[in-house]
Amino acid sequence: MADLNVAIHKLKLKNPVITASGTFGNGLEFDDFMNVNSLGGIVLKGTTLHAREGNDYPRMAETPSGMLNAVGLQNKGIDYFIQHLYPKVSKYNTHVIINVNGSSVEEYIQLSERVNELDRFPAIELNISCPNVKQGGMAFGTSCPMAAQVTREVRRAYHKTLIVKLSPNVTNIAEIARAVEDEGADSVSLVNTFLGMAINPETKRPILSTITGGLSGPAIKPIALRMVWQVAQAVKIPVIGMGGIMCASDALEFILAGATAVQVGTANFIEPSITLKIIEGLNEYLNRKGIETLRELIGDLQM
Amino acid sequence: MRKTASYFIILENNQLNYNNFLLVFQSSVPLEWIAPGQFVNLQVPYSATTFLRRPFSVFDVDYSKNTLSVLIKVIGEGTRALASRKPGEHVSALFPLGKGFTLPEKEEKILLVGGGVGIAPMMLMARESLKLGAEVSILLGARTKEDHILIEAFQQLGGSLYLTTDDGSLGTKGWISQHPVLQENKIFSRIHCCGPEPMMKTVARIAHLRNIDCEVSLENTMACGFGVCLCCVTPTHDGNRCVCTDGPVFNTNELKWQI
Repeated sequence: MADLNVAIHKLKLKNPVITASGTFGNGLEFDDFMNVNSLGGIVLKGTTLHAREGNDYPRMAETPSGMLNAVGLQNKGIDYFIQHLYPKVSKYNTHVIINVNGSSVEEYIQLSERVNELDRFPAIELNISCPNVKQGGMAFGTSCPMAAQVTREVRRAYHKTLIVKLSPNVTNIAEIARAVEDEGADSVSLVNTFLGMAINPETKRPILSTITGGLSGPAIKPIALRMVWQVAQAVKIPVIGMGGIMCASDALEFILAGATAVQVGTANFIEPSITLKIIEGLNEYLNRKGIETLRELIGDLQM
Repeated sequence: MRKTASYFIILENNQLNYNNFLLVFQSSVPLEWIAPGQFVNLQVPYSATTFLRRPFSVFDVDYSKNTLSVLIKVIGEGTRALASRKPGEHVSALFPLGKGFTLPEKEEKILLVGGGVGIAPMMLMARESLKLGAEVSILLGARTKEDHILIEAFQQLGGSLYLTTDDGSLGTKGWISQHPVLQENKIFSRIHCCGPEPMMKTVARIAHLRNIDCEVSLENTMACGFGVCLCCVTPTHDGNRCVCTDGPVFNTNELKWQI
């Protein structure tokens, strides 16, 4: 095996492949299909301070080379998580990162304080980019002052590695990335889903109960890649790239564009052990090219 | 059987009528017990427009041959692409997924109700229930005689079989919910039902009025099929629950149905 180790702030990852929030449950759902410990890390389903029922069905629309979702952060809240799921996910021998969400700055702070107590979690991914909730979510991630404010407040409350997940639904994503870097973010992950919609002409109605939802899958990959490339040049902190990655070649594109690690999302729905194939593919690429360490490839885009 | 990602080899592709196909697959891994009502999530090969897998009830299993069959009704590009595959070709499969029907005790009297392509989970349910010594009645409905498929296979099972068509071209004329077997004083301990949602709700209402336990198999659109995307939820008295993992079979008492 070639050297696939990378570092995100204080986190040493055995390889750069992480699973994206909302596409990997709590990892446990994948135990039948794969060895979760082989991953660089996993990001758990978005958690909130209080339980959320999520949006009404239908929450999903298949689209060309992708899908729209409008789940709306369905989860049982942090107390339930700590009592019932934390002991189970603590078994994993890989980095387990919790994705935290709030409808107000105060909620983000309270949740981050709770997560501080959880020894098995070395990092949080601060989700300021969920497009499917009525309050908070993307509203924080699409304004520089609000992104800066929530990052600053959470930075005070949370003492381990802080990753901020950015929304692509902005004019200039590099500005937002710089704003959260200035407030103490240790890393940025991007992109969350693109706001989109689908209509059924037969009924003349929107397919999603929420009218709009978040687009993911290979359909968004070129745009996501462009944004990762722009952000990697704008900030000094490590960038985690994602958006439609389906294979090792896709992951390499993001790494060459400047991502230190990648997240794989929608692909997990179709092929549950796709991440292991991507890790194998990265190893095969390094061996074939005679490259000693994957770190040499980060941002190694040739102009 | 624990959840598996593997592939199936197509042994047969039988066209049953103008838009229904029965695909018989050989599994590349040994098949263990699959509960009636569980489903497979198949990848659609060679389809430019189909990105996600498509879920199908397991129609029947032959453990001695390591084969299972799936009933496919062509309703869009994904099902059309799958129905056009030929023997010898491979199809990627996640299986077995979901929770199946409650199995009966010996001599328990149960009624299986299947409408249209909703007959799909009833073959395996009937076969396993008869094996357990239950008294199985089967009520199948379709729009016309031509829409009734696989009747011979159900006849060969040996339970009591009742048929309806909307136009009276086969069996009793009318909707499934109007059939006498649902209205008579014949006592079933449980009704298992799969079909269009309005039909299932009507059957559930009749079952409720007659104080009969009722299970239905739901068919919400799903992205993953194993409980991580949280897209296929149905409202229950315990909140939104995934059809793919908490179902597809639910007792109607659990559902927030207005019946």
